[in-house]
Amino acid sequence: MMLLFYLAAAVAVIATIGVIVQSNIVHGLLYLILSLLAVAVIFYVLGAPLAAMLEAIVYAGAIMVLFLFVIMMLNLGQNTRDQERQWLRAGGWLLPALLAAVLLGQLLYVMSGVEGLSAAEQVGVLAVGSRLFGPYVLAVELASILLLAGLVSAYHLARQIRPGDE
Amino acid sequence: MGSIPIAHGLVLAGILFSLGLIGVLTRRNIVFVLMSLEIMLNACGLAFIVAGSRWGHPDGQIMFILILTLAAAEVAVGLSLIIQLYRRYQTVDINVLSELKG
Repeated sequence: MMLLFYLAAAVAVIATIGVIVQSNIVHGLLYLILSLLAVAVIFYVLGAPLAAMLEAIVYAGAIMVLFLFVIMMLNLGQNTRDQERQWLRAGGWLLPALLAAVLLGQLLYVMSGVEGLSAAEQVGVLAVGSRLFGPYVLAVELASILLLAGLVSAYHLARQIRPGDE
Repeated sequence: MGSIPIAHGLVLAGILFSLGLIGVLTRRNIVFVLMSLEIMLNACGLAFIVAGSRWGHPDGQIMFILILTLAAAEVAVGLSLIIQLYRRYQTVDINVLSELKG
């Protein structure tokens, strides 16, 4: 498990460096997804399975898809066809593919059912859930209000203002 | 095989946070700035999880879930601001915002 942690940490750091040095937005997004997945592995190793699942589903899934939609809306690639050809060259996808292969190897290792899956003691969904809806129920309500505010303001800000609308 | 030292997890969170901070300070593309903010928030969540796992307490994961909702709301607002910026200036260069009038 120590090895899993340090390998995933190395993948996370390399992928994060990849995010901040990229010039292509989609490549940067690819590295960011890898970084988040590596952090999800770290969460699992640290004995937080619920947080690991949420990291993979909400962060690497939903939030990154939101980024992708906006990048598509911005339509930044003027010469999209050239970029498409560039992506097929090995320089673009080789390092992310290698890092993703490391994560896949870790996944297979964990699924092969080795004893002592987690270094720390697991804090399961039940413990988190009963605490979240017990003492922290007010925080949950506030989070829902925050999300509603985010929804309303995102709708308001992204609205298309036509010349005659004011 | 032993448990992972808490210092290593916190150092990793610090490294990720610093990388995100470097990204915020150096990049001029606003989409990358937003991505770096995501990295920083994620590093904060990692620190909470590490601390929570050290004492086997669920509160770390609860704080992580709250950070997750915060990140989702922040990304929604930030991306809609990016769309507005692109509509007005046809660019995602953050430097055009320093030329505000009035």
